[in-house]
Amino acid sequence: MIEPILTGLLVGSIHSGTPLLYATLSEVVGERAGIVNLGLEGVMLVGAVVGFATTALTGNAVLGVLAAALAGGLFNLFFGFLVITRRANQLASGLAMMFCGVGLSALLGVSFVGSKIKGLDEVGIPVLSDIPLAGPMFFNYDILVYLAGPIAVLVYWVLFFTRWGLSLRAVGENPTAAFAAGKNPHLRQYQALFLAGIMGGIAGAHLSIALAKTWQEWMTAGRGFIAVALVIFSKWHPLRAIFGSLLFGGAIALQLQMQAWGVPISPFLLDMLPYLLSLGVLAVWGGARRLAAPGSLGRVFQGTE
Amino acid sequence: MRRERGAWVRPLGILASLILVLNFGFPEAAPAQAKLKVGVLHIGSMTDGGYNQAHAEGIAVMKKNLPEVEVIEVENVPETADSERVMESMIKQGAKLIVAASFGYLDPTLRVAKKYPDVKFVHPAGYKRAPNLTTYWASTPEAFYLMGIAAGTTTKTNKMGFVCALPVSFFLANVNALHLGARSVNPKVETRIVFTGTFLDPGKEATATNALLDQGSDVMGMIVDSPITVVQTAEKRGAYSVGYHYLGVQKFAPKGWIGGVAFTWGGLYTRFAKQVMDGTWMSENILGSLASDMITLAPFGPAVSPEAIKMVNDVKKSFLDGKKEVFAGPIKDNKGAERVKAGEHWSTDNLGKMDWLAEGIIGQTK
Repeated sequence: MIEPILTGLLVGSIHSGTPLLYATLSEVVGERAGIVNLGLEGVMLVGAVVGFATTALTGNAVLGVLAAALAGGLFNLFFGFLVITRRANQLASGLAMMFCGVGLSALLGVSFVGSKIKGLDEVGIPVLSDIPLAGPMFFNYDILVYLAGPIAVLVYWVLFFTRWGLSLRAVGENPTAAFAAGKNPHLRQYQALFLAGIMGGIAGAHLSIALAKTWQEWMTAGRGFIAVALVIFSKWHPLRAIFGSLLFGGAIALQLQMQAWGVPISPFLLDMLPYLLSLGVLAVWGGARRLAAPGSLGRVFQGTE
Repeated sequence: MRRERGAWVRPLGILASLILVLNFGFPEAAPAQAKLKVGVLHIGSMTDGGYNQAHAEGIAVMKKNLPEVEVIEVENVPETADSERVMESMIKQGAKLIVAASFGYLDPTLRVAKKYPDVKFVHPAGYKRAPNLTTYWASTPEAFYLMGIAAGTTTKTNKMGFVCALPVSFFLANVNALHLGARSVNPKVETRIVFTGTFLDPGKEATATNALLDQGSDVMGMIVDSPITVVQTAEKRGAYSVGYHYLGVQKFAPKGWIGGVAFTWGGLYTRFAKQVMDGTWMSENILGSLASDMITLAPFGPAVSPEAIKMVNDVKKSFLDGKKEVFAGPIKDNKGAERVKAGEHWSTDNLGKMDWLAEGIIGQTK
């Protein structure tokens, strides 16, 4: 009796957590380079619609994911043009990009509403997926789920163990010092935003191609903003982002599962569960957030003369 | 670092003036003298594959039926004072009939209607009227009851699942109707309901559907903006589904499709426009039923047996003949309290007060 409940809960958590993880990683990379991107929701939507449209037109979901990644990256480069080259305020530009993404994705998606795609299906890992209990729990997902964890580790490695990652973080901490050390802060920030856009696009594509297999206007339903909060929650760390997204995705899955079990608690109260849980964890685990935030986060690098 | 400000601003200025010219500079190519201008306000996108699309398609049918009518259609109009401004701008452009196609436009519409007594207004599901404001809606529980009969005979696990946006009385009525219909042919049926708290979140709808399927449900129903996600998720896991809002969803469930309930407003909108043109329009409260052209039942899927279809048609006939009521007593709610006494029934006018779930439905309404 407990087995299907546990399996359902775990599978649900991983499914809801995956787009959140990609989105959180996207924001982590951008913020490590000193750029707050409130337009993440827009990036996800553009990724979702481009991925869905490409899959619908070509019938190839992998191509859809790649197109979504590219579209997310390019969309973020435009944001980069505003906040890096044009030195516009990051928060205002981000919000503008969010609405721009909502509108652009709606426009691109008009003829794809109600389209049917095959999408990314679950791929059971041979042998492993036949293990009782653990098989359906861990080894029967679509490829974007399998890749999410390794990509988080990869982002961690790139940020903390490569020269490129070091200079990216240096730009985020103190662009003037990074400039003095011979780095090009603007170039790094563009690169960071492109990489962030790729992951934001994939986050949206996971929703539209794998999880729901449909395109609807504003289908991300606020996940982009939840991811911005999850970055703070995970203290700008890619590996903690795995924990944060799983916890939040798990809380969403748990409240829906609890309703399906027939737990006699108000659905309104259960709907608050993910946020209550986040508040609880922050209260217990809070700590010195300021130390973790990149030093020049949100500040515009004005050049050095 | 000094920058040429002009170099950046100038192209923008040119672009802006180009847009202005394109929008307003040239006269409209539309027919010189339309007989009637109709203004339509949508709360969401006309291509949402659900509620708004049903209204937009109704308007499209009207345009096809009456080519002499010109339509001004605006999407994504918030249910605030903004909607009043949109309506007034439509009236200034010559609109004589306003379709305010969302529940929340009711009070703004009343205010604008008072200001422009010679313009006619129509509003879906409103509970207040004015001399120049008609309200209209179609009652769906009968249709859901019929779908319940088909679902109750088709289910193998005797468990149904329902994904619902919010515990609103009209939605609860539909869920109760589906469940009672299923129980009328299969007393063992139990229904589990999950509220997602939002009309549009396909990711959450997929997770909710999976949660219900995990509990053994093999028939899925839904009341959210777009039925596609729930239907598709059910189909993938070999379950059946009953659709809502949008007839086109059938193609997402070639195997598991049972049937569906959809709104078709085209006939009604055509009548409204005709009445305004020939001066016979009057303020009324229209409540369509199964007998009207406002509700359409989607064709049954291959999973439904011929006997079940016959049963559905028999009950449909007794609904149409007025011999049967959906909420005929005795009905208990899922907490054991008697809600409808034997020999009585919960009338359609009272649907707005239905705040309970029938016996055998597992779920909480508040």
